[in-house]
Amino acid sequence: MAAIENNEIRYLNPPTVEVRKKKYCRFKKAGIKYVDYKDPEFLKKFLNEQGKILPRRITGTSLKFQRKVAQAVKRARSLALLPYVTDLLK
Amino acid sequence: MIKQYETVFIATPVLSDTQMKEAVAKYTKLITDNGGEVVYEEDWGLKQLAYPIQHKTSGFYYLIEFKADPQFVATLETQYHRDERIIRFLTVALDKDSIAYAEHRRQMRAGKAAAKAEEVPAEEPQAIEEPEIVEE
Repeated sequence: MAAIENNEIRYLNPPTVEVRKKKYCRFKKAGIKYVDYKDPEFLKKFLNEQGKILPRRITGTSLKFQRKVAQAVKRARSLALLPYVTDLLK
Repeated sequence: MIKQYETVFIATPVLSDTQMKEAVAKYTKLITDNGGEVVYEEDWGLKQLAYPIQHKTSGFYYLIEFKADPQFVATLETQYHRDERIIRFLTVALDKDSIAYAEHRRQMRAGKAAAKAEEVPAEEPQAIEEPEIVEE
């Protein structure tokens, strides 16, 4: 019975299977242990166009390094290496 | 107890080169006079600020890595506050990972400087040869 039912399932449109690349933490992968606040070009990878820190769900950074990134971005902001608020950062 | 620190300060862009050197000398002296030790210094030069500070859009950045007693940091920061030439500063304690990173960074920069130094002598002989051709 089950085999027949399986055969009868037909889709009007072929089912779209999304193949999403698995996100990973770039710090863990590259073995980076310290996030430098003196390198604004690197920190810009973790900011959106308004200069806000991107969430982990987008960058894939692990919690441990997200905290370090946030700390580094805030230090860079206070040294005027990165802006607090802006438009069109990239 | 001795800990390693790293301090970056931004001086006003109106300073001349000698005034800037004086300011740097003042802080390195302050560190060594209080039983500290300057590990590394780096001049970033005149940089554009990401946002205006005290109506200024640029400033001289200077980085000093030093070893000192934790109580000294307060003294250093009071001096920064009193100094009108300094518009912004940041002092950070370094842990073992950041010390390793700082050393790596230093070597990378030294390597880059060495590569540049190598390029310059290579250009010099050419510069010397050219005037000779002109003379002939």
